[in-house]
Amino acid sequence: MSPGGKGKEPARGKGAKAKRTPKAAAAIKVEAKPAPQPSDAPAAAARPWNDDPILEVEHLTMRFGGLVAVDDLSFVAGRGDITAVIGPNGAGKTTVFNCLTGFYKPTEGMITMRHENGDSFLLERLDDFRITWRAKVARTFQNIRLFPGMTVLENLLVAQHNRLMLASGFTVGGIFGLAGYRLAEADAVEKARYWLDKVMLIERADDPAADLPYGAQRRLEIARAMCTDPHLLCLDEPAAGLNPRETETLNQLLEYIGETHGTSILLIEHDMSVVMGISDHIVVLDYGVKISDGTPYFVRNDPRVIAAYLGVEDDEVEIAENEALG
Amino acid sequence: MSVEAVRGAPAAASSERYAAALKDAFIAALITLALAAPIIGLKTTTSVGGLELTPRAMPVAIAVLVVFCGRLALNLIFWQRHPSVTPIGVKWYLRPGGRPLADHFDQWKIHLGVAAMAFAIVMPFMPFVTRYWMDQSIVILTYVMLGWGLNIVVGLAGLLDLGYVAFYAIGAYSFALLATNFDLGFWICLPLAGILAACWGLILGFPVLRLRGDYLAIVTLAFGEIIRIILLNWYTFTNGPDGISQIPRPTLFGLEFTREEGGFADFFGLEYSSVHRIVYLYYIILLLALITNFVTLRLRRLPVGRAWEALREDEIACRSLGINTTNTKLTAFACGAMFGGFAGSFFATRQGFVSPESFTAIESFIILAVVVLGGLGSQLGIVIAVIFLNSAFELLRELQEYRMLIVGMAMVLIMIWRPRGLISRRIPSIFLAKRRAISGEPVSEGSG
Repeated sequence: MSPGGKGKEPARGKGAKAKRTPKAAAAIKVEAKPAPQPSDAPAAAARPWNDDPILEVEHLTMRFGGLVAVDDLSFVAGRGDITAVIGPNGAGKTTVFNCLTGFYKPTEGMITMRHENGDSFLLERLDDFRITWRAKVARTFQNIRLFPGMTVLENLLVAQHNRLMLASGFTVGGIFGLAGYRLAEADAVEKARYWLDKVMLIERADDPAADLPYGAQRRLEIARAMCTDPHLLCLDEPAAGLNPRETETLNQLLEYIGETHGTSILLIEHDMSVVMGISDHIVVLDYGVKISDGTPYFVRNDPRVIAAYLGVEDDEVEIAENEALG
Repeated sequence: MSVEAVRGAPAAASSERYAAALKDAFIAALITLALAAPIIGLKTTTSVGGLELTPRAMPVAIAVLVVFCGRLALNLIFWQRHPSVTPIGVKWYLRPGGRPLADHFDQWKIHLGVAAMAFAIVMPFMPFVTRYWMDQSIVILTYVMLGWGLNIVVGLAGLLDLGYVAFYAIGAYSFALLATNFDLGFWICLPLAGILAACWGLILGFPVLRLRGDYLAIVTLAFGEIIRIILLNWYTFTNGPDGISQIPRPTLFGLEFTREEGGFADFFGLEYSSVHRIVYLYYIILLLALITNFVTLRLRRLPVGRAWEALREDEIACRSLGINTTNTKLTAFACGAMFGGFAGSFFATRQGFVSPESFTAIESFIILAVVVLGGLGSQLGIVIAVIFLNSAFELLRELQEYRMLIVGMAMVLIMIWRPRGLISRRIPSIFLAKRRAISGEPVSEGSG
């Protein structure tokens, strides 16, 4: 809701999205057109993310015994968009993430990841590590999961494991010190250096990850996820525990990732300055059910969202119940 | 307290400082008295009835006086002129005001390693070296190799393996059975034994991959026992408790170390000596150990090694980065098992005889103790720990059953002093600007 974030909003939508695709020339033309502006129109009508979704979640249900954590959830995330999943505590946001990234196998439903070249992957059928390696979905964790005893640089090299593994001839070539591996390793270090530069940790490359302050650890985790070359980056509360200045830096970093690398971002967040400031599309969950889905403007004004967050008067509940019954 | 005193105004602090110094010297003198009274103050003299104790007051008084004056002088003249402010949490063994001792050690570690290797290579030709010394060196090197092999599994990958001796046994029996049944030589059987042990590492690996921590430890412990009990009871195959004897000795390009014509001594025109074979065995195990070390150090700098360490740090994060943790764990098990197998076949050829008795669970515990004592993941630490344990066992041989008690207590003390092993610092596998060792604290021990 920061003024900067709000100012950027009109630039988003179709035009900004196209700009991130390789065809920059076409993007300029598109941008010249008035971008679909959801502000005044019935916002539900303008849903640019449906045109070219990178991720489609259909009828996702996750039950833990008798508890239904996610109930028949369907949404899409547009290519090049920043999509936010919000909701009160316990709404099932992290469960959705764990289903997307293979840490849980969903009870029901289908999750499709579509690459730009036309490949598509059914994520609910893949192992978690294959989701990262093949389907190119990377994630971070709500409680930071770095490799604390390894240096910052090593953390980023572990993220490039599969490529380096191939280059080292599944270790055999590497043991005999073949040149191919050394070149690949130099490349990997170069990529790590690039991301360290972007997250402002280049000075601390040789320090153990555990020694970094909290905010830097968050940034490092994002850099590490980016080192896996994801097409979709899933961030689980990236701004949790950050101060306002760090949050501002995080917003810039996420926008940079989207614009420069064409990576789509899916994020869970409680910090509304992040959510409203940078997201193109917001999905709101409450008790495992989707209660709203639309642009930040639409969601902000949706009475169901306000009720879920702020609660409603008792008599309103009664009216609603009566409506539901009759 | 005295630091506080010096920090205050000099004039006012002066008398306080003398008081503190006097008190300190008095305490030191008291300790000296307590120590010296029985040690110096009592003299045993032989008399008709046996030993008699004669008290000697004078030497004790001198010792106490020297300590009192010396301590007072040190306090007043040398110490606390420049009070060092020791940061909170810094240990006493760190140099006051300077770098921690461990930093100095990091610099010298590489030299220490090279010096130790050079010494190991020339050692058999030193004049002071006896047959006993050579035998002990071979035992030490065997354990160093086992420790380095287990270090891959426990130290790098963080998988607690209490049944490592099983792979040692598989290596030894593979060699013994191949050599006695098919008449194969040591150098052909050695790689075969390693490969067989690695296969068993994979076979053990598959069922235990889901297990973590304590559960994994229990299953591996059981695996070690199962292998030993199979060796004991499968009489037709392994000869059961009788063991397998007449295992061929290693040859040097076909030359046998025998007294007969065509043997090593005859070929080189030397006078036959049984030491030749021992020296040869020594070099074989030295070579095998160095290969283990070289390969481990190389692996650490390869993606697979980094994945092992990452697995030890956080398995879930590993999976989120696209690392196949199943394969990574299996390779760790297989690599560790392979080196165990090599060590086992060396053991078989050295002894010329194997029986299940050599592969009891206590062997596993000793190897694990070596890895933990040396510091998880530290190659040099393991060497130091093996030398310490072996020397302790040998020197305390006179004490018979008490030696285990004493060695155990010593290990407890070491673990209190250095809870993460003798060398707990981790050297990063790669660096951008400067390689800096990581203190042991953030490095996790692994839980799976």
